[in-house]
Amino acid sequence: MKRPPKDTEKSARIVTRRGAVMGICMLGFMGVLAGRMRFMQVEQGDEFRLLAEENRINLRLIPPTRGLIFDRNGRPIAENAQNYRVVIVREDAGDLEETFAKLRGLIPMSDEQVERAMREIQRRSPFVPVTVADQLTWADISEVAVNAPALPGVIPEVGLTRRYPLFQDFAHVVGYVGPVSDNDLAQLEDPDPVLQIPEFQIGKVGIEKKLESQLRGTAGTKRIEVNALGRVMRELDRQEGEQGADIQLTVDAGLQNFAQARMGDESASAVVMDVRNGDILACASAPSFDPNLFVRGISVPDYRALTEDDHRPLATKTVQGTYPPGSTFKMLVAIAAVEAGVVTAGETVFCPGFREMGGRRFHCWKRAGHGWMDMHDSVVQSCDVYYYELAERVGIDRIAEMARRFGLGEKYDLPLSAVSDGLVPNKEWKRRTRGQEWRIGDSLNAAIGQGYNLASPLQLAVMTARIATGEGIAPRLIRSVNGQEQPVQTSGPMGISPTLMSQIRKSMFDVSNHRRGTAYRSRLSEETMKIAGKTGTSQVRSVVVRNEDVPWEQRDHALFVGYAPADAPRYACSVVVEHGGGGSRAAAPVARDVLAYALSGGLPSLDIYPNATRGEVEALFTSMPLRREDGSEAPPSLDRA
Amino acid sequence: MPVSYLEYRVQTVPTGLSKILHLNWALVVLLTAVACMGFLMLYSVAGGSMDPWARPQMERFGLGLALMFFVAFVPVYFWRNVALLAYALAFALLLVVEVAGQTAGGAQRWIDLGFMRLQPSEMMKITLVMLLAAYYDWLDMSKVSRPVWVLIPVFLILLPTGLVLAQPDLGTAILLVVGGAIVMFAAGVHWAYFAIVAASVGGLVTAVMSSRGTDWQLLQDYQYRRIDTFLDPSTDPLGAGYHITQSTIAFGSGGWTGRGFMQGTQTRLNFLPEKHTDFIFTTLAEEFGFLGAVSLLTLYGLIILFCFVSAMSNKDRFAALMTIGIAGAFFLYFAVNMSMVMGLAPVVGVPLPLVSFGGSAMLVLMVAFGLVQSAHIHRPRARE
Repeated sequence: MKRPPKDTEKSARIVTRRGAVMGICMLGFMGVLAGRMRFMQVEQGDEFRLLAEENRINLRLIPPTRGLIFDRNGRPIAENAQNYRVVIVREDAGDLEETFAKLRGLIPMSDEQVERAMREIQRRSPFVPVTVADQLTWADISEVAVNAPALPGVIPEVGLTRRYPLFQDFAHVVGYVGPVSDNDLAQLEDPDPVLQIPEFQIGKVGIEKKLESQLRGTAGTKRIEVNALGRVMRELDRQEGEQGADIQLTVDAGLQNFAQARMGDESASAVVMDVRNGDILACASAPSFDPNLFVRGISVPDYRALTEDDHRPLATKTVQGTYPPGSTFKMLVAIAAVEAGVVTAGETVFCPGFREMGGRRFHCWKRAGHGWMDMHDSVVQSCDVYYYELAERVGIDRIAEMARRFGLGEKYDLPLSAVSDGLVPNKEWKRRTRGQEWRIGDSLNAAIGQGYNLASPLQLAVMTARIATGEGIAPRLIRSVNGQEQPVQTSGPMGISPTLMSQIRKSMFDVSNHRRGTAYRSRLSEETMKIAGKTGTSQVRSVVVRNEDVPWEQRDHALFVGYAPADAPRYACSVVVEHGGGGSRAAAPVARDVLAYALSGGLPSLDIYPNATRGEVEALFTSMPLRREDGSEAPPSLDRA
Repeated sequence: MPVSYLEYRVQTVPTGLSKILHLNWALVVLLTAVACMGFLMLYSVAGGSMDPWARPQMERFGLGLALMFFVAFVPVYFWRNVALLAYALAFALLLVVEVAGQTAGGAQRWIDLGFMRLQPSEMMKITLVMLLAAYYDWLDMSKVSRPVWVLIPVFLILLPTGLVLAQPDLGTAILLVVGGAIVMFAAGVHWAYFAIVAASVGGLVTAVMSSRGTDWQLLQDYQYRRIDTFLDPSTDPLGAGYHITQSTIAFGSGGWTGRGFMQGTQTRLNFLPEKHTDFIFTTLAEEFGFLGAVSLLTLYGLIILFCFVSAMSNKDRFAALMTIGIAGAFFLYFAVNMSMVMGLAPVVGVPLPLVSFGGSAMLVLMVAFGLVQSAHIHRPRARE
C-alpha cells in the first residue's frame, strides 16, 4: 500500500515523538532498576551478606528425651524404648509404587498402612522424610538395612518412643502420650517449638498430660548447614538439651497390679492410701486398657470396643467416678451428731425397721428392725433408722460441714485427668442449684449416704485415713520429681474428741471382727493384720428389689472402706464395685485382699485368713493373672506352709 | 543516527546476499553478548557443568541465530502481509492447548514439536505486535484515535489475553496487554485513552485495597494475604514470601563486585528457587555483584536503543511500529523479571530474556529480532 508522502512524514514524526517519550520512560525505569541494584548490593550489601550467612546455617531442634515414670520402689511405669522405623524421602525414592512393593517384600505392611504412608508422602515436600512403618523388630530393620542399596530413599532409623511396660495397670493414673495434634497446638498459648518436630509425642491423659511440662524437658539445638529447601548438608555443632524430669510416684506397682487383677472383669475401683503421709499406694480402676495402643495410634475397632463397653474401661473411676457413699457415710453423721452434742455414744434409739416422716416411711435395710441401737451397734450392724433419728436432730448443714472436714466434696490437686469433687449437699446448695427448699426427707436420705451425696473412691479413702488417724491427711501421688521429694500435705489434727474417734474406730473394728458385723466374713484372722471398716450399699434405683432379679446396670453399687492394722493404722482402703450388689459381699472381700497384700508386702499368705475362707481365697489367688518381672501375666504359685 | 556504512553507495533496498552487509550487526553483537552471559550463568548454576543447561541453551541460541538470519532476509512487506495469518495461527494454537490442556486434566501450555516445546503464548506476543503494526499501517492516519478504530486493536489484544489468563499465566497476560499498548501508543492513539485506562486501573486498585475488611470486600481474604506477602515478604518467610526473601538476600549479598564466578553460596546451596530460569539474574548479581548486574542492564538498554533508533529512522510505518513493539516487549521482559527478583514486583513467572534457560522464549525472541532486522534491512531509502 502506498500512502501519501504527507502521511508518511506525519507517521514518522509521531513514531519519533512517541518513541522518544517511551524511550525516556524506559530509560527512567532502567534508572530505577539500577538504583535498586545499587541500594541492595552496595548500600545494604553487608546486611544481606550477613543474612546470607545465617541462611546457610540453620538451627535445628533436638527433641528432648522424655522423663521416666517410676513407682515408689523404682520400678519403671513409663519408659522410652528404642523404636525402629523406616522413613522414605520421596525425591530419592524414585517410583514410589515400586519402592513400596519392594519394601513389603521385606517387612510386614498392611494395605492401610501403605495407603496412609502414600498420602502423607504426597502431602509433604519431597525432601521431608516420612515415617512409613514403625515399631519394627530388629530383624525387620536389619532386613531393610541390608537391602538399602536396592531401596533408594528408604532409610532405616531408630528413635525413642514411649512404652508402658506394665500395660493396663497404670493406664488411668499415668495415662499415655500421643502425637501432637492440631487441636493440641490450638489450645496452647505459646506452643513450644519442639511440638513441631514430626513424631514428637506429648501427654494426652493422666500424669503424662498433667506433668507434661516437667516430663518433656527442653530441646537441644544443633547448627547445621542447610540449603534453601531445608536439606541438611552437614552438622556444624550441637548443644544438648535437657532431658525431662524423672518422676517417682507414690504408687506400688505390685499392689496396683494385684488390685487390678483382684477386681478382674468387674467395673470397680480400689484406692489404697498410706494413712501416715497420704501416699496413694494403689489407684486401680477396672476394667482397664493397654495405653501402648494409644501411643501408636489406636485402631478404630479397638477404640470403638473401648468406648462401647458398658464397663467404661476408659473412665478413671477412682477419681472421676462418683457414687452415693451409702452406709460408709454413717460414721460422719455419728461424729457430727456427737460433736454437736445432740446425742451421746451410749444413747439408744429404737429401730422398728422403718421411720415415719412427713407421711412417708423411710425403711431400714433390715425390714424386721434392729431393736435398741446405740452408736456402736448402729455402725456394726449398719442400722438406718438410728441415722434417720440423728439426721433429724443434727440437721444437714452440720453433717455437710463434718463431711467436708473429712475430705468429701473436696477436689484434690492430683495430676490426674478429670478429678471430680463429688457432692456434699446442704440447704444452701439445694436452693442455689435446684431452686427448692431442703426438706427433712432429704436429710434422712443424706444420713445414710444416699440422696444427693456423691463421693469418689479417692475421697472415701481420704475419709477413711482421716478417721483412722484423726489427722487431716491429703493424698499425694507424686513422690519425687527428679529426685526432689514432694511435700506431704496435712492440715494437722482434725480436732475431734479422741474418745469419740476411738469409739468410732472400735465400731469399725467390730464391723469386720464382731460376729454380727456386716463385714465379718471378710475379716483377717492374723492378730497384727486386723481390719477395721464399714460396708456400704448404694442404691441405683429407689424401689427395693433383690439385686439378682434386675439387670446388671440396675443393681446396687457395693462399697467398702477400711483401714488396717486396726490397732496401729497403716493403710486405708476404699473399694467400689459398680452394680456389685451388697457391700459386704462384693466390696469387702476385695478390700480385705488388697489390704492383706499391702500389709504382707506381697502376695498374702493363706495363714492370715480365717480357716473358713482359706479355700475360697486360694482358689481366687491361683486363678489371678499377676504380672511377672518380664511384664507377662500368670497366676502366682502359692507357698504352702 | 547510525547508518549502514554502505548507505552512501547502495541507495535502494538491498537484495540477495548483500543483505548481510545491511544487517544491524551491532544488534547481533549485543544479542550474542547477552546470550553469552546467560551461558556463563547456566554453567555456574549447574555447578560448573555444561549440562544440563548451558549446552542445550547454546544449541538453541545457534538455532535462534539461524532463524533470525532467515527471517531477516525475507522482505518486511511479506511479514506485514502474513501478520493476520500468523496471529490467527497463534490464536488457534493457543485455543488448542487450552482445550487439550483442560481435557488432559492439567495445565499444559505447550505443543511438542519433537526437538522443542512450543508455547503458543510466546508466539502470540510477537504475532500480536505484528498484527497491530499491520493494522495501523493499513488504517488511515486520521482515524487512529477514533473510538471505533481504537476498540478493534483493544479487542485484538484482549482476545488472546483472556485465553492466557485462563491458563492461568498472569505474567504473559501482562506482557500481552502492555506490549499491545506500546504499539498503540507509538501509532499515535490519543494519549487521553491511556490516561483513562491508567486512571481506572489505579482507581480499581485503590477500591480493591480500601474495600478490605468492609462489607463490600472485593477479593477473598487469601488473595489479600498474597498481596500482603508481596508488599512485605517477611510476613510469610517460609511460604509465599520465601522466594522473594531468598532472592533479595542472594541478590544483596553480591556487593560491588560479587562473590566471584561460581562462588555464589546462596544459589550453590539451593536457597534460590528457579535458579536457572526466572531467578537467574539473582545468581548473576550474587556472583558478579553490582557491576555485573549493571552491565547486563546496560546491554539490554543498548539493545532497546538500537531498536528505537532503527524504528525512528524507518519511514515504513509497519516496520517502525513493529520494531518499537518488539523492543517494548523485550523491555517488559527484563524490566519485569529484574523487578521481580529484586522484590519490586510480585513473582509472576517472567524469564530474563536470552539469559534464562528455556527454548521457546529464546527462539521466539530470536525470530522477533529477525523481524527487527528485516525491518532494518528493507527500510525504504531516501531517493535523491
